[in-house]
Amino acid sequence: MYTLSGKLKITAIIFMILGAIGLVYAFATAPTSIEEVKEILAAQEHHGNHEMAAGEHAVAHGDASHDDEHAEHVLHQLQNKPWAALYVGAFFFFMIALGALAFYAIQYAAQAGWSPVLFRVMEAITAYLLPGSIIVFILLALSGVHLNHLFIWMDPDVVATDEIIQNKSSYLNVPFFLIRAAIYIIGWNVFRYFLRKNSLKQDEANDNSYYRKNFKLSAAFLVFFIVTESMMSWDWIMSLDPHWFSTLFGWYVFSSLFVSAITVIALVTIYLKSRGYLPYVNDSHIHDLGKFMFGISIFWTYLWFSQFMLIWYSNIPEEVVYYVTRIEKYNLVFFGMVAINFLFPLLVLMNSEYKRINWFVVMTGVMILVGHYLDIYTMVMPATVGESWFIGVPEISAVLFFGGLFTFVVFNALTKAPLLAKRNPYIKESEHFHY
Amino acid sequence: MASTKIHAIYTDDDILMQAVKDTRAKHYHIEEVFTPFPVHGLDKAMGLPHTRLAVTSFLYGLVGLSVAILMMNFIMIEDWPQNIGGKPSFSFLENLPAFIPIMFELTVFFAAHLMVITFYLRSRLWPFKKAENPDVRTTDDLFLMEVLVENNNIEEMAQFFKNTGALEVNLINK
Repeated sequence: MYTLSGKLKITAIIFMILGAIGLVYAFATAPTSIEEVKEILAAQEHHGNHEMAAGEHAVAHGDASHDDEHAEHVLHQLQNKPWAALYVGAFFFFMIALGALAFYAIQYAAQAGWSPVLFRVMEAITAYLLPGSIIVFILLALSGVHLNHLFIWMDPDVVATDEIIQNKSSYLNVPFFLIRAAIYIIGWNVFRYFLRKNSLKQDEANDNSYYRKNFKLSAAFLVFFIVTESMMSWDWIMSLDPHWFSTLFGWYVFSSLFVSAITVIALVTIYLKSRGYLPYVNDSHIHDLGKFMFGISIFWTYLWFSQFMLIWYSNIPEEVVYYVTRIEKYNLVFFGMVAINFLFPLLVLMNSEYKRINWFVVMTGVMILVGHYLDIYTMVMPATVGESWFIGVPEISAVLFFGGLFTFVVFNALTKAPLLAKRNPYIKESEHFHY
Repeated sequence: MASTKIHAIYTDDDILMQAVKDTRAKHYHIEEVFTPFPVHGLDKAMGLPHTRLAVTSFLYGLVGLSVAILMMNFIMIEDWPQNIGGKPSFSFLENLPAFIPIMFELTVFFAAHLMVITFYLRSRLWPFKKAENPDVRTTDDLFLMEVLVENNNIEEMAQFFKNTGALEVNLINK
């Protein structure tokens, strides 16, 4: 049995407290009036880069009413900023739990022989699914009651003057949106609950009936998952840009959450092993997780590029605006995260031997997580805060808070059950797994 | 030079693996093992050095990538620039996204084909080459381990291989 070390617990709690303080600060200091924004803009013009200030000048000082309009626009963006930061952080850690559940279900459905020694680690990571998904749902509901303006299609004033959104309003309306979110979240959590329950019961069972139940449950979950995950990505991320659409967006978000989840599984496994737990996990298991990290990173890049190239080539205004915003206003993060998510795993994890060296996997894993956080960041931010972005107190606080909560929930779940799923029919094969 | 060999024939890959390990522990010299399908981990059990084919593959991939870049630059930018879909081809970098699929494909093409050719050359394989395996049954369902007798006692060796679970133990004098 694993016992939660005091040091880890305190670290997680300190992260949460620091994050909470930072978030309170971020919400408290968000501007509330146009006058405040004007002061901020004036200060920026003084301190900022001279060339840029001159450019802004020409745009902003066309006439007084335009000036007000610009300030109001920036006000909305700055008011959105802490909300968007909170949303990105909440979604990022939630998606890791969801991806771990998908990976876990794939192991069952494929009757994989190598992975059962890692089942308890995967189950523990999925423990964050319930709190994580509830937090995301609350944030969506708060958007639904107009506490923030993350989703502009929720604003009746915007919809009234926007024909494209009007045409989509039978799908994009707040009640249906929240009902759909509830269906996804309840579905995932119910599957998670029974998969975990059967897995624990299998430990004490005399036959493989619970294993067989989990096999069927996993197959059903994967069907439910790929449909709901796809719709979730349209609802929760793509609808932030309600005019824009991409048909492979569901896959794109899937690859992002999948690679992040596999990375976290590898990191938690390596951490537990370094603390003397999981004696039956050998470097071949780490090697296999490394292969998945490598492979899914390439898959992610393939989807990123497929989405980018078709839109770049056809150059249709309503599609290409998505990338124009990102390339013009988010150039460094946007291309930086492609480099981190593609080149780093490609070059570091290509060599077979390196996938067995723990610190190589840890280093790449940390970079993959940073890269995929930035991936979600560049999906959410351009539509919500536009050019008023920077990674500051709200963003870092949100990551600290949810990171702390995630760590606490996951490692607390690890203490609840033996770390070896001892009665799994493939456990012997998994213990002897050797590449 | 005439050398005496023992052919030990097995019916199962797990028994073969164990036999290979025991034989190595006894310090008999395994010349070669013939199997109807690739046996996972056999190369390690036999103590063969790690293949360097992956390194050649990586280098061939780099060659393919370079060829693709030079080729697309020459064809689309230098030799005959065209205006395709409102994207005039006067700059390699500005047209880069359109070239990436070709760069990817040629990287894979070069890596795969040249790696196979290297493998054939290294294994001394070519079309119409006569098969080298000593017993045709190794292409069906039997596993054959070829061991040099050297200065060991033949009787003792034969008994050893019987004990490892061999179906047949044959002495080959060439």
